[in-house]
Amino acid sequence: MNTFVQRFAGSSASKELLAGNASITEDEDFSDAAWGSEAGFGSLARGVPSFMVPSVPDPASFLRLHTDDHADPSCRIKIQHGTTTLAFRFQGGVIVAVDSRATAGSYVASGTVKKVIEINPYLLGTMAGGAADCQYWETYLGMHCRLHELRNRERISVSAASKYLSNLVYSYKGMGLSMGTMICGWDKTGPAVFYVDSDGTRLKGDLFSVGSGSTFAYGVLDQGYRWDLSDEEAQELGRRSIYAAGHRDAFSGNTCNLYHVKENGWEFIGNYDITTLHYDGPGNVAGSPGHGYGYDLRVEGHSSANPPPAAAPVVAAQA
Amino acid sequence: MASLAHPQQRQFNPYSENGGTILAIAGADFSVIAGDTRQSEGYSIQTRYAPKVFRLTDRAVLAVNGFAADGNMFVKKVKQRLEWYRHAHAKDMPLRAIARLIQTMLYARRFFPYYVYNILGGIEEDGTGAVYSFDPVGSYEREACRAAGAASSLVQPFLDNQIYFKNQRPAPGTSHPVHLPLPTVLSIVIDSFTSATERHIEVGDGLEIYVVLAKGRNLQGLEGIRGMQELTVTEDGERVFVVRRELKKD
Repeated sequence: MNTFVQRFAGSSASKELLAGNASITEDEDFSDAAWGSEAGFGSLARGVPSFMVPSVPDPASFLRLHTDDHADPSCRIKIQHGTTTLAFRFQGGVIVAVDSRATAGSYVASGTVKKVIEINPYLLGTMAGGAADCQYWETYLGMHCRLHELRNRERISVSAASKYLSNLVYSYKGMGLSMGTMICGWDKTGPAVFYVDSDGTRLKGDLFSVGSGSTFAYGVLDQGYRWDLSDEEAQELGRRSIYAAGHRDAFSGNTCNLYHVKENGWEFIGNYDITTLHYDGPGNVAGSPGHGYGYDLRVEGHSSANPPPAAAPVVAAQA
Repeated sequence: MASLAHPQQRQFNPYSENGGTILAIAGADFSVIAGDTRQSEGYSIQTRYAPKVFRLTDRAVLAVNGFAADGNMFVKKVKQRLEWYRHAHAKDMPLRAIARLIQTMLYARRFFPYYVYNILGGIEEDGTGAVYSFDPVGSYEREACRAAGAASSLVQPFLDNQIYFKNQRPAPGTSHPVHLPLPTVLSIVIDSFTSATERHIEVGDGLEIYVVLAKGRNLQGLEGIRGMQELTVTEDGERVFVVRRELKKD
């Protein structure tokens, strides 16, 4: 019990970590694994989990040799790539919208990926780059955010959480991690969005889009963005931007997942099929235009390549 | 001595590819996990019976594909961790916890990856059938079905058509089923592998299909299956069965 109090009573995180480490070395003969509780991340008091590294002069080039599918399409271990993600801050909170496609080379490895990672009820992270890197480190970040709550009796700020992540990935710089993420949430300062990537970049901003389809999403997003967007307009803008990227970027598509972060935490708005958005629109939801987003619907009957519906479907008329 | 004139490059290449395909489909209260048993390297067949599907607990089955040496070692380590858990907690680890365990075990080798694609199938604590699929460094997702390995690009489109009914409109007044019954799933699995054997040289020889049934579910549709064998000893928990079939050997 004394070691327990000692471990969690201090004020500075590093002091507690030292105390935690000391209490672990006391009963070293019973490791966590012996109790079967090393499933998952094990004891956080030990610090960052350890990783096995091949015994070669340059481990990073070893990893690059076997996993980098941009340089060498025939390499064995394919890490999933290709994405469009966006997040923006506005009067009513934060909108987070992502696609759901994962590609390995030109193969669509999955069309149902959850690229929004629910760190806790107040924080969302987005996934671009290595799927495993984002999933693992953002889960790990969630555990540290919980520890921060227990130690300081208040929620971690979005700024602090994102800085924790950026410092963490920076310590692995050059080792081959690949992530481009937006940490989104609502704290004392209001809605907040931070961009963090594996190079160590951390940026505060109102509007970000990350991934191979980001240029297409930015096109729609910049055009429709205002601070005083209503909730419905903002959600529609997020949906419409991901649709645009899914339509024009081969590495993005399938479905759009939409989240809205408000004062009392995030809310999942919906999952929308990109093809359905193209032909029929998002359906009966707030902010819906009431028709499909596809431009061919708008130009129907106005060009020779796209004749009026009456002239074309003779077969349909008979049936 | 002769080679001094030319520059030489050496690299550490600990990986190989051993072919084969694995597949898993989740039903409402069951899960089916299957794999062929051929192991090859290049154009030569090393063995016609190398299992790729393993029972972990009474409600979890793991299929591994890719580099066989990595796969076997990985399964061994997962089983060891599950045994430690059993000793510490006097119960089997729940399926979703096994999935997270596999993620962290794969990610612990982020800088020296296991060249293994994993599919975990079984019964969740709420009694529903589940399939989890992993990439080699531990990103994972719960799905209704998944094919991995050499013939995944042949089998997955078939599954998209038969399980998800992708790009198909139901007849007026009807709807696509959310979960298929067990006999239908079993015939889809067998057809997937006979077809993959026809068109992919690394698939064939034998087929092992594991079926996990939720607690209290009757055998309905499984009694008549040829070559079926029960692996669990009691009837009051989840039950695991294996069906072994031959595939073409050329």
